[in-house]
Amino acid sequence: MASLRTQFEVPGKMKTWSYALIGLGLAALLYGMFTKGFSSDEHEQVHFWGTLMYNTIFWTLICNASMFFISVTTLAQAGFTQTFRRIPEAISTLVPIFGAITFAVLLYIVFGHKHHIYHWLDTEAVAADPILKGKAGFLNPTFFVIWTTLTIALWSFLGWRIRKLNDEADAGPMDRETSEKFIHRGTVRTAMFTVWFGLTVGSTVPWLWMMSIDAHWYSTMYSWYTFVSSFVAGMSLIALWVIYLKNKGYLELTSQEHLHDIGKFMFAFSIFWTYLWFSQYMLIWYANIPEETVYFKHRTQGAYKGIFFFNLIVNFLCPLLILMKRSAKRNYTLVTFMAVLIIFGHWIDFYQMVMGSLMKEHVSLGWLDFGILAFFVGAMILFVGTALSKKPLIAKYHPYLKESVIHQV
Amino acid sequence: MAKKKFVVGCFDDEAVLFPAVKKVRTAGYKIHDVYTPFAVHGLDHAMGLRETSLHTAGFIYGITGTATALSSISWIFTKDWPLNIGGKPHFALPAWIPIMFELTVLFAAVGMVLTFCYLCQLAPFVKKHHFHARATDDLFVMVIECTDKTNTDDLQAFLTSNGALETKVEVAEDGWWLGRYDKDEMPFEEKQIVAA
Repeated sequence: MASLRTQFEVPGKMKTWSYALIGLGLAALLYGMFTKGFSSDEHEQVHFWGTLMYNTIFWTLICNASMFFISVTTLAQAGFTQTFRRIPEAISTLVPIFGAITFAVLLYIVFGHKHHIYHWLDTEAVAADPILKGKAGFLNPTFFVIWTTLTIALWSFLGWRIRKLNDEADAGPMDRETSEKFIHRGTVRTAMFTVWFGLTVGSTVPWLWMMSIDAHWYSTMYSWYTFVSSFVAGMSLIALWVIYLKNKGYLELTSQEHLHDIGKFMFAFSIFWTYLWFSQYMLIWYANIPEETVYFKHRTQGAYKGIFFFNLIVNFLCPLLILMKRSAKRNYTLVTFMAVLIIFGHWIDFYQMVMGSLMKEHVSLGWLDFGILAFFVGAMILFVGTALSKKPLIAKYHPYLKESVIHQV
Repeated sequence: MAKKKFVVGCFDDEAVLFPAVKKVRTAGYKIHDVYTPFAVHGLDHAMGLRETSLHTAGFIYGITGTATALSSISWIFTKDWPLNIGGKPHFALPAWIPIMFELTVLFAAVGMVLTFCYLCQLAPFVKKHHFHARATDDLFVMVIECTDKTNTDDLQAFLTSNGALETKVEVAEDGWWLGRYDKDEMPFEEKQIVAA
């Protein structure tokens, strides 16, 4: 294994590109902040903070999805991830960074008393409203801040422990007893992350952060929907990095077989996303109760109609038809294309989930959205690249490495 | 089905089987099949089998299911017997999607199982020749189809030199035929030559 290129060096071009994107994003952010964020017009403020909100949440969640991928594959004792596991690890190092940005944005919205975003912040309105009064135990600033702090802090901490444990597989060969212990410790740590992940992304956090914009409306499906949306985009992000590193001549041990499995995740979870999309939509369509259909009214019949169905085509029809074939999932070009498309599609999904509720009358998609997106793409490239260069790309002495190398689909 | 002549070689190790398969193929013999006690990864590649078309068949069955559901429900609810259900439009697509989905799955699943059984020549009341009963236990059994020109003695010697523990020549049906194992013949009651 001496001939493997395990040390990633960040190419100058990558740095230039990421700095350029970050610069572009910061310019859009500053311009937006002065023209919209601090404007006296409520509408402009909502536009600005809403845009920041869905972007920060989206990027935090898709980076966190990497750690969830590591956790579930570890719990399932899957061996195939070992040859490229340092990539999801590197992506998950972004959780504290993007999490802090999300935290700052959410805190500003809550303490800046942006009740046009979170209607439940308006104490007078809540007192006069029996429905909101009933939800006050969950939707109040104190709980919001405590739960958000705990969520982001524990995601970061539990993820850091999992990454730290895997560093031991770099140190030196393990005998049988040590490797069994190593696997067991990994199982315990990833199980802890998975439980916390389920209690947050799998249930409470999307309700708290995003669904509470429509304070009267609720859907128990919403959190699962958000989770799958972020997970399938997160898998696409892993696929992009795997392909990038393969192109640069790294990851010699990762092959089409591994790409095929990542492609299967992208395909299967796109279908699962559609399943939840439809389950949420169909029940509400069928019952046709005004307090439930309020969420879909302007999305299916109003200004957001185009985006809403575009969303379905990009995130369901395209993966279904394009990724179905075995040869497509093993084709680097096609997987790259689909990964970019899926990430973009789910970014649009988050856009309509948040902005569709904040600005019902018109679609605001424009320079601000793409500017902030550029900032996050740039930051993601920069930080993931740096994180990758800090550790060997393969944990050489991991007990499952051989299984991964000979993996065959 | 016509009877054909086969040369059978038995191996007890994957590591011996793989190079033997490769050598037999490069020597120009036609491998009828390799019977193994469990699924052996990569053996299909070594034997040069083409990728299965079962999934293409599955896709076609699925599409047929979707089309069947959509066309029948839309005909029933818009033309044949329109009903007002909760004020919904007659063409109520969202309500039909679960049924379309179920029929897609049903057609694809049943169709693929039947196709799979047909391809593997498996069915109730149908028999296939067993070249070696221990293929279901602990031996890898390679069956080579003979032509008029095949020298079976040479081929048997060739297999033995490539690690076959036991070789034999058999004239047998290569396909399936109607019959019952429990009535006619017990394949496991054949006298077995124990491999040395």
